Amino acid sequence: MTHHFILRVVTKLLLPLILLFALYVQFHGDFGPGGGFQAGVIFAAGLVLYALVFGLDTASAVIREWVLLALTPIGVLLYAGVGIASLFLGGNYLDYNVLAHDPIHGQHLGILLVELGVGITVAAVLTTIFFAFAGRGRRDGRGKLRPTISDNSSGGAEP
Amino acid sequence: MMTTLIDILLLTLMGVTALFALRLKNLFAAVMLTGIYSLLSALWFLILDAVDVSFTEAAVGAGFSTVLMLGTLALTRHEEKPGNHSQLLPLFVVLITGGILVYGTLDMPRFADPLAPIHTHVAPHYIEKSGEEIGVPNIVTSVLASYRGFDTLGETTVIFTAGVGVLLLLGIGRRREESDE
Repeated sequence: MTHHFILRVVTKLLLPLILLFALYVQFHGDFGPGGGFQAGVIFAAGLVLYALVFGLDTASAVIREWVLLALTPIGVLLYAGVGIASLFLGGNYLDYNVLAHDPIHGQHLGILLVELGVGITVAAVLTTIFFAFAGRGRRDGRGKLRPTISDNSSGGAEP
Repeated sequence: MMTTLIDILLLTLMGVTALFALRLKNLFAAVMLTGIYSLLSALWFLILDAVDVSFTEAAVGAGFSTVLMLGTLALTRHEEKPGNHSQLLPLFVVLITGGILVYGTLDMPRFADPLAPIHTHVAPHYIEKSGEEIGVPNIVTSVLASYRGFDTLGETTVIFTAGVGVLLLLGIGRRREESDE
């Protein structure tokens, strides 16, 4: 992929900003619009942009598939784990008041962890879905999305 | 007056975009139009002061799902197959369903009515007490993550399930063994 020179340069410039913005949305969600879900989507969108411009193989070298597969349940487990932690600390399930000495601090901590869990799962799942979709199109083994519009003759059942 | 003009302009654009997305036979252009439609509805949510929803719509609707549809398009043809079915029955079903839905809205409280049930149930508590009880400036976050923590846990589980479903159906690994067909 030697062409698309402008796209590649612009992507390289934009990518750190996109990922940084995702982290900002993640951790600033208590104070402004946004939160774990939006941050996860933006982070995944950054990775997808990278994969679109530089090819799927480069992107899966940057973020390995097993990392994605591991991160997917970690987010949900983090969320559910906060609830179990509050059970053990004497509160109800997902009652953040007991997480710290001060209820307000407990709420802050709980919301931070919970949003982090949402963000991790959303980012991992969306990137996984994109990799799964894009991976279907490259049976030619050239390592990039096959941009052809001809029918893929893999099925054989078509008339 | 100005806001009314912007409202009318946005809604007209959304209607035109939806109609063209329906009429077009070129699927690539149709996918692009759905992305534009999502962007317009994100603007619409912004006008309705639902910043968080607008944010989500712009990121997911205009960004991510468009890319997913393009990825799907790379596997199929770019042109819609001409259908040979009569379109009268679908039109009939759509008209009936739309009519019932519009009839249902007649019972709803007026837009921004302060006495609507949704504004008199738990919302006042959230708005008045969120500062003392949660201490997070963004009330949306405190409702989503704390007051309605169970719901959000459920949503996260739904996303997790969606990821697992896609993995089971499509797989993620390299399909080297199929590459030599």
